[in-house]
Amino acid sequence: MSGGEISSRTLQIFFLIIGRRLTGRMAAVDDLQFEEFGNAATSLTANPDATTVNIEDPGETPKHQPGSPRGSGREEDDELLGNDDSDKTELLAGQKKSSPFWTFEYYQTFFDVDTYQVFDRIKGSLLPIPGKNFVRLYIRSNPDLYGPFWICATLVFAIAISGNLSNFLIHLGEKTYHYVPEFRKVSIAATIIYAYAWLVPLALWGFLMWRNSKVMNIVSYSFLEIVCVYGYSLFIYIPTAILWIIPQKAVRWILVMIALGISGSLLAMTFWPAVREDNRRVALATIVTIVLLHMLLSVGCLAYFFDAPEMDHLPTTTATPNQTVAAAKSS
Amino acid sequence: MAEAEESPGDPGTASPRPLVRTFSLLSYITKLIITALQPGQQSETPFQKKKEKMRDLKAVGKKFMHVLYPRKSNTLLRDWDLWGPLILCVTLALMLQRDSADSEKDGGPQFAEVFVIVWFGAVTITLNSKLLGGNISFFQSLCVLGYCILPLTVAMLICRLVLLADPGPVNFMVRLFVVIVMFAWSIVASTAFLADSQPPNRRALAVYPVFLFYFVISWMILTFTPQ
Repeated sequence: MSGGEISSRTLQIFFLIIGRRLTGRMAAVDDLQFEEFGNAATSLTANPDATTVNIEDPGETPKHQPGSPRGSGREEDDELLGNDDSDKTELLAGQKKSSPFWTFEYYQTFFDVDTYQVFDRIKGSLLPIPGKNFVRLYIRSNPDLYGPFWICATLVFAIAISGNLSNFLIHLGEKTYHYVPEFRKVSIAATIIYAYAWLVPLALWGFLMWRNSKVMNIVSYSFLEIVCVYGYSLFIYIPTAILWIIPQKAVRWILVMIALGISGSLLAMTFWPAVREDNRRVALATIVTIVLLHMLLSVGCLAYFFDAPEMDHLPTTTATPNQTVAAAKSS
Repeated sequence: MAEAEESPGDPGTASPRPLVRTFSLLSYITKLIITALQPGQQSETPFQKKKEKMRDLKAVGKKFMHVLYPRKSNTLLRDWDLWGPLILCVTLALMLQRDSADSEKDGGPQFAEVFVIVWFGAVTITLNSKLLGGNISFFQSLCVLGYCILPLTVAMLICRLVLLADPGPVNFMVRLFVVIVMFAWSIVASTAFLADSQPPNRRALAVYPVFLFYFVISWMILTFTPQ
């Protein structure tokens, strides 16, 4: 055998071992025997879960054969790594975003989603299933900025418009109430929501990078993936904001609980694998902080944009009858 | 500016020279300013200049008609201009601004706020459409979005007239109906021009921001209360 063939076969065995480690199987002794590795297809039929790489031509892109669906014994790593082709996507991700950051094409890679993909991600954010990692299942190294940006924009207008409408309905019978569109609140809502959706992921990403340098974590997220998760987790607040028009305190607080439960659990389940290798207290503190900030956002928006429903009506004896009729009907 | 032509062509292909268009617009404005500053030295006869102005106005008017009766045509796309959107935006902002006496209270939008929302919103939608892979040029998209505000400007005029009558729930229902109809008209008109420029698997992603944009403008029109 020539030197090139020996080195290529060594590399193939090496990748086979790595593949076995990732899938969690014990590397049995007979797996390491020198089988005939001449054909990637035959080696895969013998070991369907292996990952093989063809090294014949250095200029060739590595070809991966996706493995068959794995058994139930590897759910733990399933939730971390998703599918077999996660390493393929990681290898290919380096080839995807190769344009320099000042070109238009660089930013186009962040909008490389189809309609059904956006819908799937939204559906995934509404139904957080324990054990399924949102990032690995739906985002898979293709984070998009379309979802976070337009979900935040819709949320800003949903909160401002619903708040305005709800205040109008609450004060409808009052004689001294004059309807105003409260346009200033749109800019305030925009500042709050966009600051939350972009600065909190930045802080979280920085924190995770810092912890990663101290404790080796298996799972680490890129900044855009964190922005993506936060953006899609805010989607539940859009119908919640619309339903907050109902002027009942109990209904509003039940809605807060439901929305916080869904989006909070989505965030917690996404970030738990990233911190659980760490010190127990640090991990718990991180998750609690994430959920607490989320709760602060929702309760703060409810308190600021929506007036309390059972407000006492102001005394009407001071206003003249003509003025009150005109004011009440000027909507 | 070129006269609008009706010849069928390839819909949705980007105009090859948007930069040339901008420069021709700027040079037109410069020429206007220069001839205005030098009344004694006129190279063109007044008749020729009037003919040119009438031609430009006719181009703008023709685009208005295309928006009011939207059918698949390339006129708006190929011969874009920003005069129409500017006129519509200024009209809308003038009608929507609140009185200066009310400026302390939290009321409706100011003139500048409406202006910024319309143009910033149109630019954002255009960037979004281009980032998703659409093959419409920047100024063509701005042109289409600006011209399709025309039904909502008409709705604003009608609302102001209706508000002169007795206030009450009937008044509100009439305004609501008018605004909803004009909102649907704007969406249909802009989608007729913009939808073809997107790949089919992303059409909904590109149309949704347009929906949001016109919805916000309709909300501003509907909630307008005179002081």
